[in-house]
Amino acid sequence: MEILDIIQPENQVFCKTKLMTDTALSYCPGCGHGTAHNLTMEVIDEMGILEDTIGVAPVGCSVLAYDFMNIDMTQAAHGRAPAVATAIARTWPEKYVFTYQGDGDLAAIGTAETIHACNRGENIVIIFVNNGIYGMTGGQMAPTTLEGMISSTSPYGREIKSMGSPLKITELVANLPGVYYVTRQSVHTHKHARKAKKAIQKAFENTRLKQGLSFIEIVSNCNSGWKMTPNESNIWMEENMFKYFPLGDIKVDGKLKQ
Amino acid sequence: MAKVQGAIAVDTEACKGCEVCIPVCAENVIGMSTDVNRKGYHYAYMKNPEACTGCTNCGIVCPDRAIAVYRVKVSA
Amino acid sequence: MSELKLMKGNEALAEAAIRAGADAYFGYPITPQSEVIEYLMTEQPEKRTGMVVLQAESEIAAINMVYGAASTGKKVMTSSSSPGISLKLEGISYLAGAELPAVIVNVVRGGPGLGTIQPSQADYFQSVKGGGHGDYKLYVLAPASVQEMSDFVEDAFNIAFKYRAPVLILSDGLIGQMMEKVNLKDQLPRLTNDEIIEKYDSWAVTGRKNRRRNIITSLDLQSEKMEARVHRLMKKYEQMEKEDLRYEKILCDDAEYLIVAYGSSARISQKAVELARKKGIKAGLLRPITLFPYPKQPLFELADQVKGILSVELNAGQMVEDVKLSVEHKVPVEHFGRTGGIIHTPEEVLEALEQKIIKNGNLRYHTTRESSIL
Repeated sequence: MEILDIIQPENQVFCKTKLMTDTALSYCPGCGHGTAHNLTMEVIDEMGILEDTIGVAPVGCSVLAYDFMNIDMTQAAHGRAPAVATAIARTWPEKYVFTYQGDGDLAAIGTAETIHACNRGENIVIIFVNNGIYGMTGGQMAPTTLEGMISSTSPYGREIKSMGSPLKITELVANLPGVYYVTRQSVHTHKHARKAKKAIQKAFENTRLKQGLSFIEIVSNCNSGWKMTPNESNIWMEENMFKYFPLGDIKVDGKLKQ
Repeated sequence: MAKVQGAIAVDTEACKGCEVCIPVCAENVIGMSTDVNRKGYHYAYMKNPEACTGCTNCGIVCPDRAIAVYRVKVSA
Repeated sequence: MSELKLMKGNEALAEAAIRAGADAYFGYPITPQSEVIEYLMTEQPEKRTGMVVLQAESEIAAINMVYGAASTGKKVMTSSSSPGISLKLEGISYLAGAELPAVIVNVVRGGPGLGTIQPSQADYFQSVKGGGHGDYKLYVLAPASVQEMSDFVEDAFNIAFKYRAPVLILSDGLIGQMMEKVNLKDQLPRLTNDEIIEKYDSWAVTGRKNRRRNIITSLDLQSEKMEARVHRLMKKYEQMEKEDLRYEKILCDDAEYLIVAYGSSARISQKAVELARKKGIKAGLLRPITLFPYPKQPLFELADQVKGILSVELNAGQMVEDVKLSVEHKVPVEHFGRTGGIIHTPEEVLEALEQKIIKNGNLRYHTTRESSIL
């Protein structure tokens, strides 16, 4: 059978969602941001909630998310997306509001906004991409940079003695009663990506049912910052990031998993 | 069981040659081209087209959604 | 039919926000303006008009909540005092850059640093010279009474939405804490969500429906685009200067000496003008109501008529620079003002007028209070 006979519209089983624009992603080759963007938009597309969804972009690599996500978005000051989202959700209770943030944005400068939006149990989704580094600004140490991990501001490896240990913000927020669903996923293989997509879908369902805050951490790679090829970075991530940031559900339907 | 035959269409300009799609293909279908696209990236292509089952693994991990996947049933 | 009440400035402001049809208020406690959020929490406007009131975890969170609601076309306000406004300045710069309508209230207290909780006008520069980063200005309204502190809320919202820009109401602890009669306006209906979507469909992020996506951002990585954005802002400010300048002249027609003062300092200076007139000194008062746009032209013209001008401010001398800029050296311009939370008296103002402007001598204090920094 000729390939061109197979590649016909009626035979298509997978393609890019129309909720992503045609703008080429600014992310480095193999970066998980692109996958996370697409999974999120695929969920919004499949749930048919485009007309009621408002996204909040952070400052960091994904500051330009609004160039790629073909939905209404507002760009928040560094770290403040949860506060921006809080106000949108409070003034438009029927809308699906989500933030899309990196580890520097959410767990460093935005810690207070993260903790308090979670503690208030805002009816929003927080998508938190954790790649253990500040990517946009060129690879500095982040709150989730692992012990011994090299970065431009920990050139000899992160020292617990001087910089403390990597911050498990996700476990922190899971303990807040207002938080309904907390999970840690990744997007570097088809299995992980499909599970991550289900988690994102579950989160937006929680919003529809007004259950409170859904918090999705996506552990991802930063091949430029870690100075590895994409596939090497994904292997390194499995062997190092996942040890400190184990994948899986942490809180479901308001109850912490044992 | 009716056999399926898959195929992928790669947007060679969107592909950044990251190769993340290669390890997730159980059938070892995908290889990287020798020539490069406008941005200088080698792009993915079907090295072993007949082996493709259209399972969409490559499609879902591609950060740039450069891969569209097709599948047809083929009478045995 | 408006309603006459006796209210504190802070509470009259809060009530005015409800009546102006505000959709949301986000605030944080700080003396001397905590009554704003206390009043709103007690009044529960969500029952009266559906208005959302939320206490944020910090002034930074509050201003970013304002940014969020404003991104969707909602009428939103926040209030704070000096140190809190410093924390909000990044957010205010974002509001200006992203061209979002919002009302910010500063009930000024003495500074710098933790300063004091007594009234002051030491945030003049912070308010009119930008305060936050980048090429932007704020439209600034300076109330001089509880009535104005109430009335200016609706005016501020109208300017904010006319220009899609943040507007500052620059009050102070005196007016915020003082009780006076106030005529409260009738309730303006809040826009429904559908009305907001229809009215602001070209820019507000309400969910992409039958149109391209809307994006609210202040980022332009391409310099040409950033410059175009700044020029767009500058055009707004020029239009504000043409169309929305506000000031008041008191006894200026035959004035030989002029006092320039705004807000509570203008009230005190008005009394000083009366005292001067009794002594046969033909003094007049020009009261800027908008601090940006500033009444440069009226000042420039008055400089042809008067022999000298005294800028009277509850600070160490800030607006005096704009007075000097406006009169372009035609006549001597001096500053007088107690600071640190001390409120100068009409007598002190008159004495300063006589010493610094009329006799051009240096100022000798007879009262026991130590003199302010001259």
